[in-house]
Amino acid sequence: MSAQWDLAVIGAGPAGMTAAMTAARLGLKVGLLDEQPRPGGQIYRNPAQPTPEVLEALGEDYAHGMKLIERFRAADIDYRPGATVWDVTADGEIAFLRDGVAGEIRARHVLLATGAIERPVPVPGWTLPGAMTVGAAQILLKTGGYVPDHPAVLVGGGPLLYLVAWQYLKAGAQIGAILETVPRSNLWSALPHAPGMLRQGRLLAKGRRWLRDLRAARVRRIRGVTDVRIEGDGAAEAVSFQARGRRQTIQTPLVLLHEGVIPNTHVSLALGLEHGWNDVQQWWQPRLDEWGRADKTGFSVAGDGAGIWGAEAAEHLGLLAAHGAAMALGGDSLDQTGVAEARTALNAAAGARAFLDRFYRPARSQRVPAADDTIACRCEEVTAGQVRHAARLGALGLTQAKAYTRCGMGPCQGRLCAPTVSALIAETRGLDDADVPAYRPRPPFKPVTLGALAAPAFRAKAG
Amino acid sequence: MTDIRDRQADIIVVGGGLVGSAIAYGLTRHAPRVMLLDEGDRAFRATRGNFGLVWVQSKGDGAPHYTHWTRNSQERWTDFAAELKARTGVDTHHENDGGLTLCLSEAEFLDRRALMERHRRDAGNRGFEYKMLRLPELRELVPEAGDSVYGASFTPYDGCANPLFTLRAVHEGFDQLGGIYRPDHAVVAIEHKDGIFRLETRHGTYEAPRVVIAAGNMTPGLARQVGLEIPLNPQRGEILVTERIAPFMRLPTQNMRQTVEGSIIMGDSKEDVGFDTATDTGVISDIAARAVTAFPILRDVPVVRAWAALRVLSPDGLPIYAESQTCPGAFATICHSGVTLAAAHANELGGWLMGADRPEAIAKLGPERFHVS
Amino acid sequence: MFRRLETAGRVETVTVSVGGKPVTLPRGETAAAALVAAGEAVGRTTPVTGAPRGPYCMMGVCFDCLVMIDGAPNRQACMIEIREGMRIDRQDGARRLGG
Repeated sequence: MSAQWDLAVIGAGPAGMTAAMTAARLGLKVGLLDEQPRPGGQIYRNPAQPTPEVLEALGEDYAHGMKLIERFRAADIDYRPGATVWDVTADGEIAFLRDGVAGEIRARHVLLATGAIERPVPVPGWTLPGAMTVGAAQILLKTGGYVPDHPAVLVGGGPLLYLVAWQYLKAGAQIGAILETVPRSNLWSALPHAPGMLRQGRLLAKGRRWLRDLRAARVRRIRGVTDVRIEGDGAAEAVSFQARGRRQTIQTPLVLLHEGVIPNTHVSLALGLEHGWNDVQQWWQPRLDEWGRADKTGFSVAGDGAGIWGAEAAEHLGLLAAHGAAMALGGDSLDQTGVAEARTALNAAAGARAFLDRFYRPARSQRVPAADDTIACRCEEVTAGQVRHAARLGALGLTQAKAYTRCGMGPCQGRLCAPTVSALIAETRGLDDADVPAYRPRPPFKPVTLGALAAPAFRAKAG
Repeated sequence: MTDIRDRQADIIVVGGGLVGSAIAYGLTRHAPRVMLLDEGDRAFRATRGNFGLVWVQSKGDGAPHYTHWTRNSQERWTDFAAELKARTGVDTHHENDGGLTLCLSEAEFLDRRALMERHRRDAGNRGFEYKMLRLPELRELVPEAGDSVYGASFTPYDGCANPLFTLRAVHEGFDQLGGIYRPDHAVVAIEHKDGIFRLETRHGTYEAPRVVIAAGNMTPGLARQVGLEIPLNPQRGEILVTERIAPFMRLPTQNMRQTVEGSIIMGDSKEDVGFDTATDTGVISDIAARAVTAFPILRDVPVVRAWAALRVLSPDGLPIYAESQTCPGAFATICHSGVTLAAAHANELGGWLMGADRPEAIAKLGPERFHVS
Repeated sequence: MFRRLETAGRVETVTVSVGGKPVTLPRGETAAAALVAAGEAVGRTTPVTGAPRGPYCMMGVCFDCLVMIDGAPNRQACMIEIREGMRIDRQDGARRLGG
């Protein structure tokens, strides 16, 4: 017998946790499915045994997350960690696996809080062991207190890059250099939004502190970096780049890449929810009403999965989406004060976001490989040149490009290559990014073994 | 502005799936200016739902003309694959080592044997070789067959090819032979006036004195505009594909094969659901269950992707090749075995479509067979 | 590539084997962290060209940290918590069935 929930929340980051807590408070029977073994999402990904040294390095925002997790654990929610959701039907049947055991739940409303993923950074050599994302390095810091044992080189742009550099500094780890790839001309498009940023005093103060501390520690920052290449035979050994008109090379076994984050739209796209192209953030986001509800009845999205807003805003979006779901289910006992506060906070956050998105908008060369032999699809090892060829041949989108080249057919199911492949198609065909249709993920949302799929719980009901 | 000549051709094929593309490819030998108008990226493309069998052993029970047409194509496939490879460098991964249909019970096995015997009888002088294998003999070919498998039929004619690479090779070949391919040009209306067909797309109108409608499930609506009634029952088929694993399946079966890259693809569900390409949790699970029954060794192989595509089926399941009486120069076809029949479509239809007599092999595959008289 | 921050506090540990080598690390960490702790940059070679790969995203997106865990291939190391005695082994190329 499968469970029945009023609201199923998928994802236990700040948006999902807040939505679940709010909905429970509003009287809904709430369940939450999350892939991680512990709540917190990626942003508050937490160790089973936090040590004071790690907490110290991570700073006060992380401490806030720990409190949120505590409240979540105390709330009346059917919380199922370690659950891999692999299918959701239009009428709210959710198929998942926990420890390889099949589970099925029916929910009257489904709220996706699947967060963000880091934007792929397809530079030459990015598949070499030792080339990782900045976010990956931060997860190692959060969950196990790992810091580089050689001076690492951080490449890219965006707040997370400086935060992690700063956290490394506090933890006593050495930084080889920070290579800044964000075009300086971004300032001009960001400037009109500076007032919104300036009103976010706390955020601004944080950023200033990171940069001041990095400067005081004489961390080498190189601006205007282009043409980044990770070099090495079988593993990263060095990173080379162009800056101030000359080619430079820094030896390092660890290159950390970051060009911001994009919504994790894998499930929302698979469900066929309507999406729109966000030209500033350079990725798709579901089209939602002011309560986070999608065009298809019974589905909502909250948090970074709905467009990048950051962890703090995710809590507000979660609160609003819980209300939206409750209203859709016929509820009327709303927390008017909470809603009003969330809207005010989101308006303020939007001002800062408009500035940050434009200021840290990635350089084209970090998004779209110039060299044809650079790998675009890591799983199937399809190069940028092969994708360009497919586009010239007539592939107008990822579906056809996949048919021609196998890009996106590996285990990551297109999660990581889709942004690069779409951008390559747009470039080759002379299209706007928004005119290349979004990729179309299919179930299972994550690879699931045949044996698990064959479980009696999932079998067709009719004959 | 586009030159007017960019919008004219000797013949226009509507539909860039494997059926339309193979026909267009073959037409380049019969007409100097062949144009292929295709849909955009999200077409209901059946080619994507084809798992790539070049298959004879279950085709045409009670319809020997269809078996013959299928075998014509199968016999041409090796040369077709070689030609595409030589021309485009794209390997279709065609294999022709025979194929199996697994039977899970003695009853299925006996039914299967009766079917094979009917094929042999219908084949006449052409002959039809087959073997019925019980589990121990089957295991000499595929040692991994599970204990629940009773046996299988084997014919040497069967094989497989990668449908996506085949489509790509045909598109590349068409391009190299001077064909004009226009994606994102779904044809919304066809007008016939003064011997010229005018095809309307979102990017303007295209003209030719001849037109072939091979637009899969969109065919009936367009064909009607040139005086052709094409009956159609779209049928949803679902397919699962696994991660790459080292080669283990030496032969394809009717609903499972291993690609050259190592993925196992499996499918064959039959649901009559109209135009819907959504997958179904229960059907995915059923396909998986059948796969692990046949090959228990597949139990911990992860599935990467499941998708549904629409089979383009006529009421009797056989292809339809139609020529319009009221609008001379207009043709339409629907066919669900786009891979198997690709070699015949590329080699045997061009002359007819450009004005020669209809090939004898497809004489009984016209739409007249559905007309109640 | 990485070292762990020293801690003055007490931590419960688990011992796993990485490529046959015993590695002791705090309970609750992932198999990918165990690779990192063991100093192994490479967890697999690809089934396409045999290129070496190691963890890239650490959050379940990229599937580059696939390894063998207790003999089962294609496991996402960054999503799996370690257990006492877990065997984590590198996998080379496409998996072999029944091997």
